[in-house]
Amino acid sequence: MSMFESRRLLRVLRRTVVQAVPTVLGIVVLNFLLLQLAPGDAADVMAGESGAATEEGMAMLRRQFGIDLPLLQQLMAYLGNLARLSLGFSPRYGMPVGELISQRLPSTLMLMGLALVIALAVGIALGTAMAMTAGRWPDRVISVISLIFYSVPGFWIGLMLIVLFSVKLGWLPSGGQETIGGGLAGFDMVADRLKHMILPATSLALFYVAIYSRLTRAAVLEVASQDYVRTASAKGLSPLSVTVRHILRNALLPVTTLAGIHLGGILGGAVVVETVYSWPGLGRLAFESVMRRDFNVLLGVLLLSSLLVILANTLIDLLQAWLDPRIEVR
Amino acid sequence: MTTAAPLLDVAGLTIQFPTGTPVIDFGFAVAEGETVAVVGESGSGKSLTALAIMRLLPRSAKIAAGRIRFAGRDLLALPEPEMRRVRGREIAMIFQEPMTSLNPVLTVGRQIAEVLRLHEGLSAEAARTRSIELLDLVRVADPHRRVDDYPHRLSGGMRQRVMIAMAVACRPHLLIADEPTTALDVTIQAQVLDLLDRLRRDLGMALVLITHDLGIVGQWADRVVVMYAGRRAEEAEAGILLDDPLHPYTRGLLAASPRLDTSLHYTAGPLREIPGSIASAIAQPGCPFVPRCPLALPSCRLKPPPLEEVRPGRFVACPVTTAGERADAVAVGR
Amino acid sequence: MAIVELAPEAPVVAPAVGTWRALRAFLRNPAAVIATLFLLLVTLIAIAAPLIYPEDPLSMVARPFLWPGQNPKFPLGSDSLGRDVAAGLVWGARISLVIGIAAMALGVTIGIVVGATAGYFGGRIDDALVRLIEIFQTTPSFLMLVVLVAIAEPRVESITVAIALVTWPTIARLVRAEFRSLREKDFVTAARGLGYGHARIIFIEILPNALPPIIVTSSVIVASAILMESALSFMGLGDPNRISWGSMIGAGREMLRTAWYLTLIPGIAIVLTVLALNLIGDALNDALNPRLSAER
Repeated sequence: MSMFESRRLLRVLRRTVVQAVPTVLGIVVLNFLLLQLAPGDAADVMAGESGAATEEGMAMLRRQFGIDLPLLQQLMAYLGNLARLSLGFSPRYGMPVGELISQRLPSTLMLMGLALVIALAVGIALGTAMAMTAGRWPDRVISVISLIFYSVPGFWIGLMLIVLFSVKLGWLPSGGQETIGGGLAGFDMVADRLKHMILPATSLALFYVAIYSRLTRAAVLEVASQDYVRTASAKGLSPLSVTVRHILRNALLPVTTLAGIHLGGILGGAVVVETVYSWPGLGRLAFESVMRRDFNVLLGVLLLSSLLVILANTLIDLLQAWLDPRIEVR
Repeated sequence: MTTAAPLLDVAGLTIQFPTGTPVIDFGFAVAEGETVAVVGESGSGKSLTALAIMRLLPRSAKIAAGRIRFAGRDLLALPEPEMRRVRGREIAMIFQEPMTSLNPVLTVGRQIAEVLRLHEGLSAEAARTRSIELLDLVRVADPHRRVDDYPHRLSGGMRQRVMIAMAVACRPHLLIADEPTTALDVTIQAQVLDLLDRLRRDLGMALVLITHDLGIVGQWADRVVVMYAGRRAEEAEAGILLDDPLHPYTRGLLAASPRLDTSLHYTAGPLREIPGSIASAIAQPGCPFVPRCPLALPSCRLKPPPLEEVRPGRFVACPVTTAGERADAVAVGR
Repeated sequence: MAIVELAPEAPVVAPAVGTWRALRAFLRNPAAVIATLFLLLVTLIAIAAPLIYPEDPLSMVARPFLWPGQNPKFPLGSDSLGRDVAAGLVWGARISLVIGIAAMALGVTIGIVVGATAGYFGGRIDDALVRLIEIFQTTPSFLMLVVLVAIAEPRVESITVAIALVTWPTIARLVRAEFRSLREKDFVTAARGLGYGHARIIFIEILPNALPPIIVTSSVIVASAILMESALSFMGLGDPNRISWGSMIGAGREMLRTAWYLTLIPGIAIVLTVLALNLIGDALNDALNPRLSAER
């Protein structure tokens, strides 16, 4: 990469970061205020669970959690914590939120990563196949399949995959992240992890396979009619070389943009899929903390997922700037 | 005229679309090293003919009849993998729109190198070196820097030079240039045409120059084929055609085009438009030029006039003017 | 979530002629006709639910774990508590359709108001609203949905509002883009010249021309709203007093190994309904954007 190239990419990076800061701040404040609207707090839930709680005991709990203070003071305290890169403390789990999240984050990232890889690989392949056979029967068949993928709830296909591959065929585990007490190491451990990931990642990916395949089809058809594709054919390149080297590289520009936009959706979908497969990830943590009114954890998860989306979009911006030399920073 | 078999021989070519037949019974021949101009207005079928020679017609088009022979082979019968070895290596093509004909996400160097690696099996390193030489050959200034530039950083004229470098990279026997200068500034046009002509001589190529501009053929073409509504209207050596056009359409074209030749510039009188448009030729049973023709006879409306060789190497598809020509011929006692 | 590929410049057609041409194009699409008929059937069943199954679908009426076909009185079988699966399906259609349509209507309304304001006025207002849209779109929508519903207590109304709240940014972005291109058009300038007020120009002059893409996206939004509602109910965040397809799957999940039909049947109901809506969305897109469909 030339000096010029890297300088260009750096400028793209700087612009994205500058734009992200106010968005993140807005998200934190909005989320914080939103959660204050909720009836009940962590003390209520704890009291409800233990069954016997006095007014004094509840007040003490609230003081301990810092949720007895005026709203603005709580917000300031939270922002102050953030400025020191702390997400606060979870009374329910008895540990700092940052630590709690960092325990769960890797499994969710792995799940999302594999789902995204499946969605992009299968989606782009199917979309290209559709475009190359546009109007003929392979196009029609794949179109129908992709529309079905687009219409299937992820949690339901997850359950059906369990019925088929775990219950009936017994090929793949029905839940969890690894074989408990398996004592596996090295390659076996990786294989075991992968086996546990296939079904959840597939359930999560199908919806996005549909989106990316439809998008790729449209983009490839659009690019295929460009003059430079005819130039490539006139050079004597084979249809495969023309497609891979000249069409796909240009068609992937809009697809990658969408991949970034949908990352938030995949993270949201992970909440449901993690429930189906008892996957110990961020999504389940969010769900549990909602139910327990553990707002510090919830705020942390919400903030982190927004940051993930922003980070992904930054990566996409960089990828686009790298793929498309015409992008200059305004 | 040539005794040896021509390099390219197109005969009876008919191209059909579901919506019509834009090229009908068209043909022309190109000898080794020769420049043949195919002239006609847009919609006359000249670009489709070029694409048919490359076998790059859109999928909806069909070659319903005809034959395309190139260097002793029947191109239409060639299996696709062999045809791919012809494209870019033996026959190369450059297009009208230099702004959109280069891939925007690849450097010009890579796009030139691609054809060298494909057909000559050069290594990446060697292909790059040759690409720089080729850029130099087509007179791109500072080729060492330009080789790493993306197309959007080059002007239209520069891009067309890159297209030409790509086309001549494998020293093809035939170069088809489809309106190579139409999208360029007038000042650049002559430079690009001179470049093409020089490369033709230096590399021993034949050149098919497709254009709508009769004004440029006198200086750069050996022979001219005038195409109208998918048919050959007239064919002659360039000088003869410009001095003594026979087909009413050629006469109209000539009257409508400014001559680059300055001596004629003031004597040729005002530019005249040909009335009507080529669209009026659709669904004509007779001569396609009848609706616009000042000389049409009632018989012209019945069936398309046949192409006649009025003199060796001189073909015209017009009974009205050829009748006069024959009378002339009789008068001088031939 | 809803993604529709739209022409950046949707054709501005004279509404009367365009509507008829679009309707004919739509009716020529067999998949769209079948999908429409199916949706009409589901709607009818949903409306007639109290007539078909007068009894509360949550009440126990049969022996538990009847498989489909085992007892003709309960064609789709019964669940672990002896509730009739067919009755659940019929009553569940009500919840899915009501929430799907109501959430779409609310979300589209918010989206149009915000998007039209941003696109029409531009400037500072636009900047602020775009930031707001960005904030909503940066938070994963399903996560946001779970939080909203859990905070507000799960009821049909709150679920509807929550889905609308995570849906409107999609419409707002679309409407904003349409308004930005349409406000420069001659007929808008002419309307300004006549001294019409902003509200009149926005709703009478511009909005009808921006409708085609909004209509297409709306049908897809109903589909994704139904998917969201079913996912919420599946996770136990549905209205506890109403039976829904998602909650049936959630309940059936416990017996997945033995009585998987309890999960399969309501799932198929969801898939078919959502598929029908998406087919209609595709057909509408083809009918309203002839330029695009010609390329297919």
